[in-house]
Amino acid sequence: MKVSITINGTTQSHDVEPRTLLVHYIREHAHLTGTNIGCDTSSCGACTVHLDGEAVKSCTILAAQADGGTVTTIEGLTKNGEMHPMQKAFMENHGLQCGYCTPGMVMAAIGLLNENPKPSEEEVRLGLEGNLCRCTGYHNIVKSVLAAANK
Amino acid sequence: MSITEERTNNVIGQRMLRREDPALLTGEAKFVNDLAIPGALHLAVLRSPYAHARIKSIDVSDAASMPGVVAVYTGKDLQSTWAAPMPCAWPVTPDMKNPAHYPLAVDKACYVGDGVAAVLATSESASRDAIDAIDVVYEPLPAVIDLEDALSDRVVIHDAIGTNTSYTWNLKVEAAEGAVDQAFKNAAFTVSERYVQQRLIPMAMEPRAVAAVPQPFGGDVTLYSATQVPHILKVMTAITLGIPEHQMRVVAPSVGGGFGSKLDVYAEELLCVALARKHGAPVRWVEERSENTQATIHGRGQIQNIELAADKDGRLTAVRVRLIGDMGAYLQLVTPGVPLLGAFLYAGVYDLPQAYDFSCTSVFTTMTPTDAYRGAGRPEATYAIEVAMDALARAMGIDPYELRKRNYIKKEQFYDASGNPTGYTAFHGLNYDSGDHLAAAEKAMQHADYVALRKAQATQNVPGARKRLGVGMTSYFEMCGLAPSRVLASLNYGAGGWESATVRVLPTSKVQVVTGTSPHGQGHETSWAMIAAEKLGVAPEDVDVLHSDTAIAPLGLDTYGSRSLAVGGVAIAGACDKVIDKARLIAAHQLECAAEDLQFEKGTFSVKGSPDKAVPIAAIAFAAFTAHNLPDGVEPNLEAQYTHDPKNFSWPFGTHVCVVEVDTETGKVDVLKYVAVDDCGNQINPLIVEGQVHGGVVQGMAQALYEEAVYDGDGNLKTSNLAEYLVPAACDVPPITTDFTVTPSTTNQLGVKGIGEAGTIGAASAVMNAVIDALSGLGITTLDMPASPNNVWKAIQAAQGGTK
Ligand code: FES
Ligand code: FES
Repeated sequence: MKVSITINGTTQSHDVEPRTLLVHYIREHAHLTGTNIGCDTSSCGACTVHLDGEAVKSCTILAAQADGGTVTTIEGLTKNGEMHPMQKAFMENHGLQCGYCTPGMVMAAIGLLNENPKPSEEEVRLGLEGNLCRCTGYHNIVKSVLAAANK
Repeated sequence: MSITEERTNNVIGQRMLRREDPALLTGEAKFVNDLAIPGALHLAVLRSPYAHARIKSIDVSDAASMPGVVAVYTGKDLQSTWAAPMPCAWPVTPDMKNPAHYPLAVDKACYVGDGVAAVLATSESASRDAIDAIDVVYEPLPAVIDLEDALSDRVVIHDAIGTNTSYTWNLKVEAAEGAVDQAFKNAAFTVSERYVQQRLIPMAMEPRAVAAVPQPFGGDVTLYSATQVPHILKVMTAITLGIPEHQMRVVAPSVGGGFGSKLDVYAEELLCVALARKHGAPVRWVEERSENTQATIHGRGQIQNIELAADKDGRLTAVRVRLIGDMGAYLQLVTPGVPLLGAFLYAGVYDLPQAYDFSCTSVFTTMTPTDAYRGAGRPEATYAIEVAMDALARAMGIDPYELRKRNYIKKEQFYDASGNPTGYTAFHGLNYDSGDHLAAAEKAMQHADYVALRKAQATQNVPGARKRLGVGMTSYFEMCGLAPSRVLASLNYGAGGWESATVRVLPTSKVQVVTGTSPHGQGHETSWAMIAAEKLGVAPEDVDVLHSDTAIAPLGLDTYGSRSLAVGGVAIAGACDKVIDKARLIAAHQLECAAEDLQFEKGTFSVKGSPDKAVPIAAIAFAAFTAHNLPDGVEPNLEAQYTHDPKNFSWPFGTHVCVVEVDTETGKVDVLKYVAVDDCGNQINPLIVEGQVHGGVVQGMAQALYEEAVYDGDGNLKTSNLAEYLVPAACDVPPITTDFTVTPSTTNQLGVKGIGEAGTIGAASAVMNAVIDALSGLGITTLDMPASPNNVWKAIQAAQGGTK
């Protein structure tokens, strides 16, 4: 079937199998490999992107469901060679180590601040519940998000 | 630079932001599964659904005729492909039993997840669809999941070796024969404890992924793998497949965490290389998470019996340990050695006389093979001694910190009578390089406000209180900087423990550092550039760090065991010294003075006493490149290679304190505060050091509170995905208070020790001591990990039933 999605500002159309997940569409059809896959039970959040402005786990959605929609992936955050303030905050606060959870974590964190621009530490921790990181122990991720919120 | 000299440049020690981050933060970084490899075939592996079963027959005809399928292979089909079985590099005893282990099982499957057939297809989905169409007839056999049951040989898993016991390894150290028995006989206090180190699933966020790209007309193969050990993998792939080693190249691109689980040689790596060569086409494979929980190694898996003997003041007089180690179905790369890495640490940070009796018997079970998982043997040992110390304190009725203070190896004991640093030679003969346990403990206690906590606890934990407060501590010593090659020889390890570095100053004075370490989150590019910048007096931005590709960095022993800085970082410093030595000869030639008359500071050679006679290293690099006017006997180019073989292990240490509140009605444990005071010697980049502690602590805390690989009686893994296996999220863990003491290592020029595993080594016991402390007033003195709400609630019910 034909699916047409605006990814990072460019509208793309691809023929896909109906069972294609959005994450596979992004990685294999749109060739944007920054969005990662960490599980097969919608548990890890590595695949988080923005669909029509909301943070979603792209492994829980079919590409067909996003037909006609607007998707932002981690690659779409940088503007004119400048990182997004959330990306900068992660860098400045050592909010990543191996970086595998990071694209999803950053997208989820931006989604969190969109909904709650001045969260408490507790609210950040709860808001990131769906995103797992095995490296950082979350300490510096939480610090990064709070720093971005206070900018 | 030596550790005592004052630093000139002050690059080392700065909280420098990581150069790795922009690529990772923008999606630019490439993990193996991100690599575009045109024409690649996709591998999928059919895995045994039985823990233990004879393979009666395999019918691949339906699968072979499915669309997109290129070939289907069984274990039998590929048997002639392997020049050797899969490698185990650590035959810990001469009579260790190691059943032959091949990438695909031939006659018998020995755990759920054991590969029995493989499909090659033109797409990933076609390969996965086809494995479902393979028809295997199994004859199920009984599962063996209990270690004591395994030991009984009721069911023998590997017919060819006739027993489930792989080996027994002993470390008995006695001042005089019978010293241990005598100490227990004379002891004023003894404790005897049994702990279970549950199986854990490492769960690096990036599952494994492999791509093998052959060169059909030259015979060379490039293997891309999500591995911690490209160098080890290169040698082992060559040996296992009979490929000339110089035709194998291994590349580890961005790797998404490892924690030991990518320190191995795996079936899928060998299958991809073998089939890529057979088909003359690239072959790739990516692991699904629910495959990862079964096909990638597990960690821990020990039953520990520990006995302590103490005199009337609580000073330890003997330690006796009996372990049973769970090897799983087969021995992977260093499986049998994991308990040995802890074997020297069951007396912890304490001043024990020569009265130590350690023995470990390791058994096969019908579960996923175990291997090194963050800390590997050392968290287990630390857990046993530290939880047992709390038991001893309870038996004596004294404060657990007071008991530890009476037993710590004292700072003075690391020096000789005239104050020279000699290290402390422990009962087993290994020398602990440096330490000051009391200082770290005092600092941790201050952060935790220990005295106030004990007061608050007395007020809160009254009979009938629903929420009980608990305080737990751990003081640890970590054996790391793996490892002096001679010590490894005495432990029968199959390789050395050195690390290699090459430092090259290019004609334009930019610097290349080539390292044999292979980072996967540790920020080596940033830290190694800092070391070279400090040594050579250049800006860190002018230093590039190359790694993780055996064609670029041909020599190396990779990254694991907190070794990278203490061995690999020190190798870089050594290579810089050689570069400076060579540059000095050229500088002396240019300045027409003797080399001895030159000093090197901030990147410039100058004549001692006449500082205006000077030449910067940049000019020397250019001179070395043009080679127009070099002194006789000096080769062109400014480059040096250095291999560092450590004289000794390094011994980081520290004290962690955990404060919990336990809800006695729900069994839920809340961590209110966690303090980690670690001492890893000098720090290159404190930002990265703190990050390592945070991550390590949460992994240890996860063992204490959340994680367990649960098998049912038939040997099925019930926690086979991230919905069932409880990796903590941000809301499940507290912020971590980190602080440090700095006691430089005396055995390497940077004074560094290593920090990758410290958090994990300290945390599980600190958390469990806190939980048990909270509940001891209810009569609970022991509790199995994980202290999940269910387990805690059951323990409370049992204890209350018992006191009725
Ligand atoms: S890949 Fe894990 S939640 Fe989507
Ligand atoms: S940084 Fe490695 S998983 Fe988050």
